[in-house]
Amino acid sequence: MKETGKYQPYNYFQLMEVSLRELLVEKGIVTEAQVAATVEDMRNRTPERGARVVAHAWSDPEFKRKLLADGTRACEELGLDVPALRLVAVENTPAVHNMIVCTLCSCYPRMLLGIPPDWYKSRNYRSRAVREPRAVLAEFGLDLPDEMKIRVHDSTADMRYLVLPMRPAGTEGWSEQQLAAIVSRDCMIGVAVPRIA
Amino acid sequence: MRKVYPLGHIRTPFYIRGRSGVVERLCGAFGNPEELAQMRSGEPKQPLYRVRFLQTEVWPGYRGNPEDALEVEIFQHWLE
Repeated sequence: MKETGKYQPYNYFQLMEVSLRELLVEKGIVTEAQVAATVEDMRNRTPERGARVVAHAWSDPEFKRKLLADGTRACEELGLDVPALRLVAVENTPAVHNMIVCTLCSCYPRMLLGIPPDWYKSRNYRSRAVREPRAVLAEFGLDLPDEMKIRVHDSTADMRYLVLPMRPAGTEGWSEQQLAAIVSRDCMIGVAVPRIA
Repeated sequence: MRKVYPLGHIRTPFYIRGRSGVVERLCGAFGNPEELAQMRSGEPKQPLYRVRFLQTEVWPGYRGNPEDALEVEIFQHWLE
């Protein structure tokens, strides 16, 4: 919750959250400590997890093959547990650019990218990403050439998606740590591409 | 794709109903979300596919590469 330092009464959703949580604790279904630990876990998941996967795929062709064939199993191999998430990695190539949206709600590969940005959940992005992806990408500063095909992936059900961006030229010989540092969250949603500073 | 508009918790977006696409892959079998949302078991599990639609098929007047595509997860009972 945002602490502004100023007293404000709870809004509707905050009140619902507190009431439900207190009821669950009172009935012995969960403890306050479990709730706090889960929130802590959620906060600790950041896009660096996804960037590690991408950097490893760039460095190890065999891992990349496995990632594209079965994203969930490949992540488990890296020690990244992705329960309740069937991961589909989609690969950007010189001919195809991929981007991810969830038009129905806000499905997102949280285990790899953490909490989604607000714009990902906005009605604007969700409705326009499927209808006019090129205009949306241009607003993110990504102008794709007409000859490049765009594939928009709508996460409507049980799969979660990760874009595997193209490794930029000029990164030959880089370590996985160096590579991971140029893979931003937006690159893995497909609204940006990695660049060398 | 079937073009029907039942009430309830439906994971098939409106914009894709009645459109034609090509199955990209079979994802496996998953609990039926329309049943799960009613607190039922979701059984029998339904095969889930990823279906690729050309943007020009989905949106008349689409501007962009004619091979631009949308890929959507669709449960088998929504295919026809």
